[in-house]
Amino acid sequence: MYFTEGSPIADQRVPAGPIETRWDRRRFSARLVNPANRRNRSVIVVGTGLAGGSAAATLGELGYQVKSFCYQDSPRRAHSIAAQGGINAAKNYRNDGDSVHRLFYDTVKGGDFRSRESNVHRLAQVSVEIIDQCVAQGVPFAREYGGLLDTRSFGGAQVSRTFYARGQTGQQLLLGAYQALERQVAAGRVEMHPRTEMLDLIVVDGRARGIVVRDLVSGAVSTHFADAVVLATGGYGNVFHLSTNAKGCNATAIWRAHRRGALFANPCFTQIHPTCIPISGDHQSKLTLMSESLRNDGRVWVPRDRNDTRAPNDIPEADRDYFLERMYPAFGNLVPRDIASRAAKNISDEKRGVYLDFADAIARLGALAVEQRYGNLFEMYQRITGDDPYRTPMRIYPAVHYTMGGLWVDYDLRSTIPGLFVIGEANFSDHGANRLGASALMQGLADGYFVLPGVIGDYLADAPFGPVDDSHPMVADTVSEVRGRVKTLLAVDGDRTVESFHRELGRLMWDECGMERDEAGLRKALERIPELREEFWQRVKVPGTGERLNQELEKAGRVADFFELAELMCVDALHRRESCGGHFRSESQTEDGEALRDDANFSYVAAWEYTGVGRPPVLHKEELVFEHVTPSTRSYA
Amino acid sequence: MKLTLRIWRQSGATGRLVEYVLDDLSPDMSFLEMLDVLNERLITEGQEPVAFDHDCREGICGMCGLMINGMAHGPEKATTACQLHLRHFRDGDVVTVEPWRAEPFPVVRDLVVDRSAFDRIVAAGGYVSVPAGSAPDAHATPVPKPDADTAFEAAACIGCGACVAACPNGSAMLFTAAKATHLGVLPQGQPERYSRARDMVAEHDASGFGGCTNTGECTSACPKGIPLTTIARLNADLLRAHTTRSDR
Amino acid sequence: MDTIGLYRTTVGKKVVMAVTGAGLLLYVVVHMLGNLTVFSGPDAINGYGHWLREIGAVWPTRVALLACVTLHFVAAYQLTAKARKARGRYEHRRRVQGSYAARTMRWGGVIIALFVVYHLLDLTVGWLNPNGIPGEIHANVVADFQHWYVVLAYAIAVLALGFHIRHGVWSAIQTLGVTTSRVIGLGVAVAICAGFLSVPFAVFTGLVS
Ligand SMILES: Cc1cc2nc3c(=O)[nH]c(=O)nc-3n(C[C@H](O)[C@H](O)[C@H](O)COP(=O)(O)OP(=O)(O)OC[C@H]3O[C@@H](n4cnc5c(N)ncnc54)[C@H](O)[C@@H]3O)c2cc1C
Ligand code: HEM
Ligand code: SF4
Ligand code: FES
Repeated sequence: MYFTEGSPIADQRVPAGPIETRWDRRRFSARLVNPANRRNRSVIVVGTGLAGGSAAATLGELGYQVKSFCYQDSPRRAHSIAAQGGINAAKNYRNDGDSVHRLFYDTVKGGDFRSRESNVHRLAQVSVEIIDQCVAQGVPFAREYGGLLDTRSFGGAQVSRTFYARGQTGQQLLLGAYQALERQVAAGRVEMHPRTEMLDLIVVDGRARGIVVRDLVSGAVSTHFADAVVLATGGYGNVFHLSTNAKGCNATAIWRAHRRGALFANPCFTQIHPTCIPISGDHQSKLTLMSESLRNDGRVWVPRDRNDTRAPNDIPEADRDYFLERMYPAFGNLVPRDIASRAAKNISDEKRGVYLDFADAIARLGALAVEQRYGNLFEMYQRITGDDPYRTPMRIYPAVHYTMGGLWVDYDLRSTIPGLFVIGEANFSDHGANRLGASALMQGLADGYFVLPGVIGDYLADAPFGPVDDSHPMVADTVSEVRGRVKTLLAVDGDRTVESFHRELGRLMWDECGMERDEAGLRKALERIPELREEFWQRVKVPGTGERLNQELEKAGRVADFFELAELMCVDALHRRESCGGHFRSESQTEDGEALRDDANFSYVAAWEYTGVGRPPVLHKEELVFEHVTPSTRSYA
Repeated sequence: MKLTLRIWRQSGATGRLVEYVLDDLSPDMSFLEMLDVLNERLITEGQEPVAFDHDCREGICGMCGLMINGMAHGPEKATTACQLHLRHFRDGDVVTVEPWRAEPFPVVRDLVVDRSAFDRIVAAGGYVSVPAGSAPDAHATPVPKPDADTAFEAAACIGCGACVAACPNGSAMLFTAAKATHLGVLPQGQPERYSRARDMVAEHDASGFGGCTNTGECTSACPKGIPLTTIARLNADLLRAHTTRSDR
Repeated sequence: MDTIGLYRTTVGKKVVMAVTGAGLLLYVVVHMLGNLTVFSGPDAINGYGHWLREIGAVWPTRVALLACVTLHFVAAYQLTAKARKARGRYEHRRRVQGSYAARTMRWGGVIIALFVVYHLLDLTVGWLNPNGIPGEIHANVVADFQHWYVVLAYAIAVLALGFHIRHGVWSAIQTLGVTTSRVIGLGVAVAICAGFLSVPFAVFTGLVS
C-alpha cells in the first residue's frame, strides 16, 4: 500500500466558455482592492527568481506592502539567472505563421497532453506582453541591424518565436525584474530579506498567514506575517544531487507547505536534458548544461565496442555507432530531449558519456563558421573539461534539468491552502509532462508580472483576516517545530556528512526514478529511501551551532526534505503506469521503444495529500479535459 | 595532485590564515569542488567546514568570490572562481585563499562577505521606471544594433564584486558604471539617464567605496570583461547631471 | 550647475583634479618651451624671462598655479583618505594590470611637489643656486647643471613628472567622460620629459655653456 485514493479535485476558478476570452473574463470577475486599501494589505513573496522577483516588484507597484525573501545574498542571484537559451512569445514578428493559438497548441502537445488547456492558453496570451515589458525595462535582447528584435527557433516548434540575449537570457530577464524590485525597495514598498530561508508556513484558521524563517547570518529563527503568502521558490531537481540546478536550489518551502496541507501535483515529472557535461569524478558537485542548439551541427556517436578505450579521434568511422541517426532516421540528431536522453542512457553510461562530434561540421562549414555559431559554448566546455572541442569531440551526457511537478494550483494560482499562492517552477505549472525549451522563463514572468497581480486582489478583498502574532498557539507551535528540527539536526552528531547522504539519495533516484522507471526499481527505491532517511536522522553530522552562519545546517535541512519528497516522487512514478513526456515507464512503450501514453486511464493531474512522514499519501485526481487540442501520439522515427 | 592551502578563517572580528594540505586532488576538479573535498574532510574530523559563497557554479550568479593567490577569482582571465579548475595549478603549489576585502564588504565568516551595498547602489537608480503592463509594443522603438550590443556587454556584469576586491582604492565604479552604461545607451533608459548616474554615484560614495583612479585593476579582474569605457560614460553622465539643471 | 554637489562625489573631486591637472600641464608645457630657448644663447632665455615680467605674466600665473596646486592637492588628499579607508588589506596580494605610472600617482605627486619647492628656492629665489643672481637665468642654469647631483635630482623629478603625466593625462580624459587610448598620455609624457631633460644634459655635456 503505497497510497490511498481520495476524492477528485477540480479547478474551481477557471471560467467556462470560449478559451480565448477566459482570462479577460476572469480578470473582470476578480474583485479589486482599492488603491487606498492596498497600503494596508500585505503579501509575503518567497523567492526572487523570475517569478518571485517580478511578482514582488509588481505587487509593490500596485501599492501592496510586500516582504520578499531569498536565501542568496542578493535577490539578483536566484537560479533563473542561469537560464541560457531564450524566452518564447507569440509575437509573430517574423510573419512565419505564429499566433497565440499556435504557441498554445505547441505547448499542450509538447507537454504530452498532461497540462490544462485554459492555463496554457493564458500563458500564450500573456507571453506577448512579457516581451513588451522586458524591452521597456531595458533588457538587451539580441537585435538585428534594422534595430528590431531577433528571434530563433527552439525544439518542438516550427516557428521562430524565441527571444534571446546571447546565451544569457535568464540573466538579463532576471536583472530586469531585480531592478524593478530594487526600485520598490527604494520606494519603501518592498522590504527585502536576503540570506533568509523559509523553513515553514504558518497556517492560522485555515489560512496561510505567514512564514517562519531563519536568518542565515545570525541564525535567528523568526516569524513574518501577511494577508497572503506567495511561494516562488523554484524547482526541486536537486533531489537528484547532481543536476543543472544551482547548489542551493531546494524543495523546503514547497515541501513544508505541502506538509501543512497544500497538495503536490505530478511530483514525478522531471525533465532530463540530453546535452550536459558529464561527471568527471566523485568530487562532481553539479552538472553544466550545453545548449540544445549544438545538436544542429554536432553528430552524436559512441564506440561500437562498449569497452573500446581508444581516444575518440583514434576510433575509425567503421567502429563508431551514430546511434541517433541509426535509430531515428527521420529526425536524426535532432530528436526531442526526452528521446535523445533515453537513447544515450541505454547505449552508454555517465562515466563514458557519448560523443558530440563537430568534425563533419568543421569540414563542411569551416572552423570559423562553427566558432561564430557556438564559440561561447565551446569556450565554456573547454574551461570545464580542458579539452578543445574543435579538435576532440565533446563528451556529453544527460542530466536532470527541470521539474514540471510542483504544488497544485488553480487558475488563480491558489494552492489548496487559502491564501497560499504558488508561482513559477514551484507550481505544477503549465508544462504537463514535458516542458518545451524557452517556456519556463515565459511562465515565470507571466505568473509574476501579470497573472498573480491580476487575481490576487480577489483574495485580498476579503482581508483583513484578523490579527496574528507570535503568541497565537498555531504560530507558537510552528516556530517551536522549526526550532526543534534545527536543534535535532545539530544534536545527532553522527559520523556521516550531509553530502554523503545527498549523494546516495541522488544516485538512487537517478537509477530508479530517472530517465527510465519500472515497477521493480521504484519498489526498490521505496524500500531504500525510508531506510536512508532513518539513517540520516541517526548518523548525520552537522558541526557548529545554529546561532550563526552555518552552511552545513542549511544543507542538512534541505536534504532532510529531499528524502521525504523523493519518496513521494517514487510513489507518483509507480502509480502512473503509463509513459508520458519526461516520465518513461519501461512497461509502457511501443514496439520500437517509444513512450506509450495511456489516455484512458491517466489523463489526469495527480495531486497528492500529505498524511505524515512515511505514511501513504492520498491521491486526488484532477481530470484533464481537451476541447481544443486532440491528444495524439508523437513519433520521430 | 597535492596542494597546500592557506585559507582565511574568521568567525569574529578578526581571523587568520590556516594551512591545510590536500593530497589526491584531481586536476579536473573545480576550485570550489576542492573546497568541498576539504570541507568533507573537516566535518568527518569534527572540525567546522570553511564557509564560502557559491550557488550556480556556472559563472553566472556572481555568488562566488575568492581572492586566490592575491588575484580576484584566481589566475585565469575572464573566469569566476567556480569555473576555475585545478589543472591551472601545479602539483605542490601553495595557494592562499582570502575573502574579498573592502570596507563596504564586511566579512561575515571565513570567505563569506556582505555585498549588500551593491543592491543599494542599484536601488538608488539602476532601473527604468516602468510598472508592469504600461509598456508599449516592443517594436515601437528600434534600437540600433551597436547600442544594443554595448548595452548587452555592460549588462553582462554578474555583480560578483571582484572589481572592488581588486581595486587599490576599494572602488565599485566598474560595477556602478556597468549598470549606468547598460541602461544609459538604450533609448528606454534615456529619461532617467542623468538622475540615475547622479543617484547611483551618490550611493556608491555613501556606501564607503573609494573613488576611481582608472588604474584598471578592476577590468582585468572582472570575469565578464566589463571595459573601463563604461566608467568614462558614467563620468560623462554624472558631469552632465551636475552641470545642467537638476531635474529634481 | 551644481558645483558643490559635484565636488561632493568622488567623481567630482577627480574632475577638479583633472581640470587643475590640465592647468598645471599647460604651464608645464609652456615652461618647457621657454626652457628650450636656452639653446639660442644667453640673450634669448634672459630676454624671454625679462619679457614675461614686462607683460606682467608672472604674478597672475603664480596665483593661478597656486590655486591649481592647492585644489589638486586637496582633492588628491581627500580621495586618498577615502580610498585608504575603503580598500581591503590582503595577506597576499598581486597586481594584475595597473601600470607603474598609475600606482605611483600619489608618491609621484609628492616628489614633484618637493622638487618644486627646491626648484623655486634654486632658480626663482636663488638661495640654493651656486650663481644665484635673479635675472641671470642662463648663468644660473649653467651654474646649476655643472654638478652631477643637481642633474640627477632634476632628472628624477622630471621622470617622476613624466610618470605622473603619463597616467594623469589619460586618467583626466577618462574622468571628463571621454575614452581614448592610453598612448596619448605616454606621448605627452615622453615629449615633456625629453624637452625638460635636454637642458641639464646639454649643460652637463658642455653643449650649452
Ligand atoms: C541551466 C539552466 C538553463 C535553463 N535555460 C532555460 C531557458 O533557456 N529557457 C527557459 O525558459 N527556461 C530555462 N531553464 C529553466 C528556468 O530557468 C527555470 O525554470 C526558472 O528560471 C525558474 O524560475 P523561478 O522564479 O520559478 O525560480 P528560481 O529562479 O529558481 O528562484 C527561486 C527563488 O526562491 C528562493 N528560495 C528557494 N527556496 C527558498 C527558501 N526555502 N527560503 C527562501 N527563499 C528560497 C531562491 O533564493 C530564489 O530566489 C533553465 C534552467 C537551468 C537549470
Ligand atoms: C606639474 C605638476 C602636476 C601636473 C601637471 C599634474 C597633473 C595631473 C593630472 C592631469 C592628473 C589626472 C587627473 C585625473 O585622473 O582625472 C593628476 C592626478 C593626480 N595628481 Fe597631479 N599633477 C601635478 C602635480 C601634482 C602634485 C604636486 C601632486 C601631489 C600632491 C599631485 C597628485 C596627484 C594625484 C594624487 C592624482 C590622482 C591620482 C590618479 O589619478 O591616479 N599632482 N595630476
Ligand atoms: S563589473 Fe565585473 S568584477 Fe565588477 S561586479 Fe560586475 S562582473 Fe564582477
Ligand atoms: S557560483 Fe555562480 S558565479 Fe560562481
